[in-house]
Amino acid sequence: MKTIAILLLTGASLLSHAGTPQQIGQAYAQEAGSQTPGFTASAARGKDFFLRRFDVNAKMPACTACHTDNPLAAGQHAVTGKAIRPLAVSANGERLSDPAKVEKWFGRNCKEVLGRACSAAEKADFVAYMSEVR
Amino acid sequence: MRKLLTILGLGCALPVLADNLPLPSGTPASYKSECGSCHLPYPPALLAADHWRRTMSQLGDHFGSDATLDARQLQEIRTFLENAAGRPERLGSAGDPPRISQTQRFIRKHREVPARFWSDPRVKSAANCEACHRGAATGNFGEHDIAIRELRS
Repeated sequence: MKTIAILLLTGASLLSHAGTPQQIGQAYAQEAGSQTPGFTASAARGKDFFLRRFDVNAKMPACTACHTDNPLAAGQHAVTGKAIRPLAVSANGERLSDPAKVEKWFGRNCKEVLGRACSAAEKADFVAYMSEVR
Repeated sequence: MRKLLTILGLGCALPVLADNLPLPSGTPASYKSECGSCHLPYPPALLAADHWRRTMSQLGDHFGSDATLDARQLQEIRTFLENAAGRPERLGSAGDPPRISQTQRFIRKHREVPARFWSDPRVKSAANCEACHRGAATGNFGEHDIAIRELRS
């Protein structure tokens, strides 16, 4: 009985954290829309953002410093050398499935690469690109 | 008697296990998810409790990265690391900020590795255990299981 209760609880907690790339993108797009009425996410803008050099951090001048310029490919951490699995959902089904995790990494990586927080619009575009790229 | 046998048994096993450092069974999941995404979740025995304490008190600038945690995870991981830390007398100073690669143990174990291997793009950094130690993720740091052929002893 205890086991079943634990399993149910685990299942429920998984559900409450889970999300699809679409849901995660929608949440960011909604936030962006509240700041800029009429906003719609764009995978093309997301791609530009992904490839842009910000040159704030010498070791990590762009997203591509660790993730390579191909989101379908595996990357390598620019400092530690640890392998990084692909960002694109089509190449790595675990991506964009946990809103808290996505937000955590935007928090860390935007600060590190852009030297500031990313806007909701930038996040929505980025999520659109990573969801759609094949 | 049983206790004595256990102690004797452990004594015999230790030399064999010296390069086998799996994460302890009580390792919190947060350690692997939070500390294992940019680098290997290092075996806690590779730094002393004081080294971990200092590392965990400066996560805002963790070797140039923001590795801050929420309060609950910080507490959980710090307690785990300090409890499972290595013996200070064996590790010696680790520098400031503390680095596993500056402990006496690490230096002694790697003294035969020529400088050019450290700068090999496949290795990149002494933080990248898995570049050479194929079994690092499961705690196998044995010198006979080295991934890059020319680095094998």
